[in-house]
Amino acid sequence: MTEPATEFPPPKILTLSPAHKPILITQGAEGRLYKTPSPFQPNKFCALKYRPPKPYRHPILDARLTKARISSEAKVLDRCYREGVPVPAVLAKDAAAGWMMIEWIEGEPVRVGINTWLGERPEDDAVVDSNQEDETALIDLMKRIGVAVGALHRTGVVHGDLTTSNMMLRPWAEDGLPNGNGSNSEKAKAVAGDVVVIDFGLAMQSQSDEDRAVDLYVLERAFASTHPRAERLFHHILDSYREAFKKAPSVLNKLEDVRMRGRKRSMLG
Amino acid sequence: MSKRPAATETCDPATTSKRPKPPSSVTMALERIQLEHIPPNYRVYGALFRDVSNASFLQTQLLSRNPEFEYAFIDASTIVSRAHLLAAVWNAVYTSIEGNLRTPNVHSEVVASLNTNNNIADGYRRWGITPDKTKDLAVIKILTSSETLPDAEQEKEAEKVWTHLTAQIQGRPAELTNQELAQVTDWQKVRKYYKLNGVPVLDQTKDEVEKRKKMESLAIMGMALRGL
Repeated sequence: MTEPATEFPPPKILTLSPAHKPILITQGAEGRLYKTPSPFQPNKFCALKYRPPKPYRHPILDARLTKARISSEAKVLDRCYREGVPVPAVLAKDAAAGWMMIEWIEGEPVRVGINTWLGERPEDDAVVDSNQEDETALIDLMKRIGVAVGALHRTGVVHGDLTTSNMMLRPWAEDGLPNGNGSNSEKAKAVAGDVVVIDFGLAMQSQSDEDRAVDLYVLERAFASTHPRAERLFHHILDSYREAFKKAPSVLNKLEDVRMRGRKRSMLG
Repeated sequence: MSKRPAATETCDPATTSKRPKPPSSVTMALERIQLEHIPPNYRVYGALFRDVSNASFLQTQLLSRNPEFEYAFIDASTIVSRAHLLAAVWNAVYTSIEGNLRTPNVHSEVVASLNTNNNIADGYRRWGITPDKTKDLAVIKILTSSETLPDAEQEKEAEKVWTHLTAQIQGRPAELTNQELAQVTDWQKVRKYYKLNGVPVLDQTKDEVEKRKKMESLAIMGMALRGL
């Protein structure tokens, strides 16, 4: 173990006021995510995405890359938000300083929701098969994921890193919960909520079947390794993607090719 | 997306709820506005004046750079909500701290910050005070000192600002609440200035409260993405 994650010096923006201690949520290869009070919305939080300077890069190149990446992510979020794709709204940014503040999305990542659901399930698959109706809530979540990805692709954006960790389950208001009884309803709560897509750090604008198919392929592979016990339900995502997005058929055809060869295109020929 | 139930919160609970009335003697509608991520030696005050009749005089003071009139005067009909206005205020204060002001001072920066492009004159014309047109005026005063001000002095400072404002602005003082602002918003103007006509997410949203929330977000996003 080296230094704990909290020892990173926070960006300057988070040191201006002594009132709050920022909470470091994640540390990725490129940037960090803090949870911190919204600058101008009382009693609300925001997520601050910060790309620290890279000491190994030439300062001018570093500044240019950081600025371009923050701006590009903000632009993609704006585009998605306008088109009605569920994504966090941008609140403020200083691309030169390497940060962007976005709306804080309440709730758990989809990954956690699905794993909570699976955790309560008996290991024995035979038992599950005899209780098909119990899976309704989970299948419904899969369909909502397909709709969200379909809406994203319709907008002309590919995400670049679709996983169940990069989707949040924003809780519905209490009356939005499906009515059920006892434990079934409790279980359904784990997979309830609107699917909100997050982390557009690798996103780009593209309309090509190839890029969209790779997006789906990445999700498929991530899903299979994160939730192996729910893998057989993955097709529900593709089914609802097909319904939600007019150009889905050619993307799904392409997905067949991508499955055969993997994410990277052959460099031969 | 498919199952979004009707929103339960209107706008921000903290700002829509009725704030305690100030002492009866001075009905001061000037509020000290709390913003996050700015140093404590910055103080932001705000108020709303309804049915203002001397916009022309007030604008002349700004144009002549009268130092007594270091205020941000914003035509309240262009404002969606309190958060929308405060986003511009926050941006101006932050820009000032960073030493990146694009306009003469932090007050003019508030007005320019409401714009979605880098044209400053255009920003003043659209969001600033306009003779014969501005009826409802949002006023922001930003003050700073080398040290954090003790409470007693801060109150004195606020009273001084308020006395000057009420002496100079011919209009009815009101508080900068979402309720008051909603009464004066010119939606046609807002839709035009923030390019909200034909935006799919607004057409998809049926619930009026939810729609306004989205317009607020879109306006703030337009400001944050200025020039992109």
